[in-house]
Amino acid sequence: MKSLRFAIRSLVRDLRAGELTVLLFAMIIAVTSMTAVGFFTDRVGRAMQAQAAETLAADLLIRSPVEIGDTYLQAGAAAGMRTAATAEFPTVAIAPGGRSLSIVTAATEGYPLRGTVLIADKMFGDSYAADGVPEPGTAWAEAGVMARLDVDLGDTIKLGSAEFRLTKVLEFRPDQGMGFMSLAPAIIVNAADVAAMDVIRPGSRVTHKQLFAGTPEQTAAFRAAWQDRLQPEERISSIEDASEQIASAIERAKRFLTLASLVTVILAAVATAMASRRYALRHLDTVALLKSMGASQAFIQQTMLAQLALIVLSTAAIGTALGFAGQTVLAELSARLTPFTLPEPSMQAALLGLVTAATVAIGFALPQLLQLRTTPPLRVLRHDLAPPQLSTGLLYGVAIAALVTMIWSIVQELKLLLYIVGGMAAMSLVAVGAGWVLVRAFTRFRGAGGVAWRYGLANISRRGRESVVQVVAFGLGIMVLLLLTVVRNDVLRDWERSLPENTPNYFLLNIEPGDWDDIARLFQQELGAVPEFLPLIRGRITAINGTSINDYEFPSQQAENFVRREANLTWTPTLADSNKMVAGEWWPEGYEGALQISIEDQFARNMGVGIGDTLEFSVGGEIVTAPIVSTRRIAWDSLQPNFYIVFSPGDVRQLPQTYLSSLYIADEKSAVLRTLLQRYPGITVFDLQVILTQVRSIIDRASMAVQYVFLFTLLAGVVVLLAAVQVTRDERRFESAILHTLGARRSQILKGIAAEFIALGGLAGFLASLGASAIGYLLARFVFDLAFAIDPLLWITGLLSGALIVGITGTLATRKAVNEPPVRVLRNA
Amino acid sequence: MSDEIVLSATGLGKQVSSPEGTLTILENINLQVSSGEVVALVGPSGAGKTTLLALLAGLDHPTSGSVELCGSRLEELDEDGRAQVRGRDVGFVFQSFHLVPSLTALENVMLPLELAEADNAAQRAREALESVGLGSRTGHYPRQLSGGEKQRVAIARAFVSNPAVLFADEPTGNLDTASGDRVSELLFNLNKQSGTTLILVTHDKELAARCDRVLELEAGRMLNRS
Repeated sequence: MKSLRFAIRSLVRDLRAGELTVLLFAMIIAVTSMTAVGFFTDRVGRAMQAQAAETLAADLLIRSPVEIGDTYLQAGAAAGMRTAATAEFPTVAIAPGGRSLSIVTAATEGYPLRGTVLIADKMFGDSYAADGVPEPGTAWAEAGVMARLDVDLGDTIKLGSAEFRLTKVLEFRPDQGMGFMSLAPAIIVNAADVAAMDVIRPGSRVTHKQLFAGTPEQTAAFRAAWQDRLQPEERISSIEDASEQIASAIERAKRFLTLASLVTVILAAVATAMASRRYALRHLDTVALLKSMGASQAFIQQTMLAQLALIVLSTAAIGTALGFAGQTVLAELSARLTPFTLPEPSMQAALLGLVTAATVAIGFALPQLLQLRTTPPLRVLRHDLAPPQLSTGLLYGVAIAALVTMIWSIVQELKLLLYIVGGMAAMSLVAVGAGWVLVRAFTRFRGAGGVAWRYGLANISRRGRESVVQVVAFGLGIMVLLLLTVVRNDVLRDWERSLPENTPNYFLLNIEPGDWDDIARLFQQELGAVPEFLPLIRGRITAINGTSINDYEFPSQQAENFVRREANLTWTPTLADSNKMVAGEWWPEGYEGALQISIEDQFARNMGVGIGDTLEFSVGGEIVTAPIVSTRRIAWDSLQPNFYIVFSPGDVRQLPQTYLSSLYIADEKSAVLRTLLQRYPGITVFDLQVILTQVRSIIDRASMAVQYVFLFTLLAGVVVLLAAVQVTRDERRFESAILHTLGARRSQILKGIAAEFIALGGLAGFLASLGASAIGYLLARFVFDLAFAIDPLLWITGLLSGALIVGITGTLATRKAVNEPPVRVLRNA
Repeated sequence: MSDEIVLSATGLGKQVSSPEGTLTILENINLQVSSGEVVALVGPSGAGKTTLLALLAGLDHPTSGSVELCGSRLEELDEDGRAQVRGRDVGFVFQSFHLVPSLTALENVMLPLELAEADNAAQRAREALESVGLGSRTGHYPRQLSGGEKQRVAIARAFVSNPAVLFADEPTGNLDTASGDRVSELLFNLNKQSGTTLILVTHDKELAARCDRVLELEAGRMLNRS
């Protein structure tokens, strides 16, 4: 209690005297940055999850080819979840003007639980969100069906034995899928009409789905409770299993923000360490005095711990409040730019604020402050006595452990953690080494310039250790800033590259090979370009290396699910741009020999197969066997049609197949689709515009958030600089007083200081460029999977910005020390 | 002054290792100081005065010999034990004042009372400052005070906890003659009023002459007793 009261009093006095300003500033920035990003990413993450959920139309769904029964629905409802059910089946829609195979979705009220069904009041008209499902006796049909049947809204169509009046044009179903499963145009009807249609019979091709939506906890609990109790034909899927395209974009955006927020924390931690060091140095005399007055080591230790605890609590509270305010501004800003609303912030990030403050304090301030307790009381008589130096290993060990813990808690991915920590460790080692080289080298060049230069460089060489610390700190600061610029630019550039202006916005499916020429002519005539056509073969894997898939042990559930349903396969002579070879050889040009397979790398690993293994397929009743000759990596976010399994050209042409194509059609030319559908009613047109908008908005949001986080990073950089200057301020005041006394002009002293900071900044900038390029390369190459080009401008920027920023800010911050009247400084010394 | 011995040293020696080998700072020092006595330690620079003061006050530990301060044998205590003795019985006045720059004059004087969790710390500190003629400067920071004023704050701080023994290391060493005279006057007066034992390290012959006894050190040895 005694030490707590004393700690509070001392803390208040230190605060008032400005002893803690830089330390508090640094920690508040760390907490603000982390919590602002934490609050925001939490909201964005949940918004993105909700978007992913939209592709399921639920948070979780159970599907089965046979009727499922009410057990799950009742359990879901009992657990407080919202539920709905659908049945999807192909049937022929009939109208006086024609007939068309369609996929009918019969939905209960409540569908979709996530996302919205978009409908329009005329074909290719403006779409809007549907309120509920069609009334019994009515149907919403896609434009494709209507064109094929030659009907309009208000007309009646027949599905099975029941008649339906068309009331809306169906534009978009959230769960219509991005895996090209919907091969026929869709119709939505009310589930109450299924019996009257009388089309579902034993053996019918039908997918029954039960949809569930609730809190993440409810969803997880439901999944945990039921997934092992499902019938063999039932499959459960949740957001995590949602389509690869969205998942890939989310993952990238998350890493992006993570990296950005981390930078601020590291910089703030460096500033905290420097400010604590100064605090400890300045309090040596006070602690010695307290000890001479009878204070015990335990008392000093308790006082320091209590003070640090108070600092942690107060900075966490202030930083979290600022972070909350910050994210609100950002959310407001992003709400105006994107069509999605963010969910309310959760209070989880507040805990993150406390954890950040505590980690930074324990890792970067505590060891130095605790060391104060060993200050010898004799220091009151002999000023040169100091506490025994902390072992460097301990000091850095604690800091590194805290940093690694913090990075881990953020990235939770070993690979990324290793790259970040490795990069920083390498950078620190290089910087420390280079710092020493600088100090030694500059001792030699002292005589080369004027008095200012000599004074400045003498300062660097004399404060050997401090100079190295500053080079490392500045270097790290500039490096992370450059790194973020490099990585950020690369990610955005990559997205711009992979989603160019004419990114496909329509997919065409079910094109008969014989219709090619005519369709190509139509597009040439209307659009001035002919899209590429890819064959689409529907097949099922039946055996792996001669072992039936029923007996095969799959390493992953995902692969087993894929294999157990009909898959989309293709063949092509050329490797698509969005594909990269991982292993093996792509078949040579003009290859028409024995059938070969190229397989997606991760999928192959999930299946437990590789080059040399043989897969057997059943395609339209025919059995085809082929060896795997290569593995590829696919950029799913390219939004180009891509396939896990690709066959080589040759006999595969004999298999039953249709063609698909992806193409960009400007809004004003969308009439060509109507012509196409009228001429070829069998073709399904798939509108990608909505999904593209979603993906683009995610990227917009991510880059906005990163720019916002940059503000904190810049602030943290300034604090590092201030802390560095503050560490040497007392010494500088004394020195400049001595120099003044000896007749030095103010400008001469300032020039010397400028020379010192410019040299320090230049070296730090140089090292930063080196580190940023190296880590940027590693991150781009191995984590983000992007091409990376080392940019010479980066080096110039690093060097110049280091010299300028450190030179100007350092000189400005030190000016006060130079301006103080020498007599006052010397009298107080 | 009473016959009660509050401070005694027996066979006290201090050696330190240096690049040139072992260096003897103090050798075989024996002394006894009675309660209320005022003793000056004099000698040329490097004679070992400050080292002796540090050993007597328990700020440092001797290589040989023993010190008994207010009934406690210091060499038998660890650092915290010696701190406890200092907190209870000892006050200091230093050549370089040692005021905490972030604290006001009042807060500086309050420090030893706060450490001892004494009641009415602020009131007692204010009275102490008044007794050194600085009652109007309680809210001033050390940087706003002259050297003489700082030393007076330090004297107020030393006396505020009523120590049995006060150690003063060159208390006028950093002051001009006028300030120095005023400070030494104050020191002796307060000492007289409180009956504190005063051990004074000084170069100043006049100051030494005002003490009850002068102990002269040279090259680490005690020369004479007067």
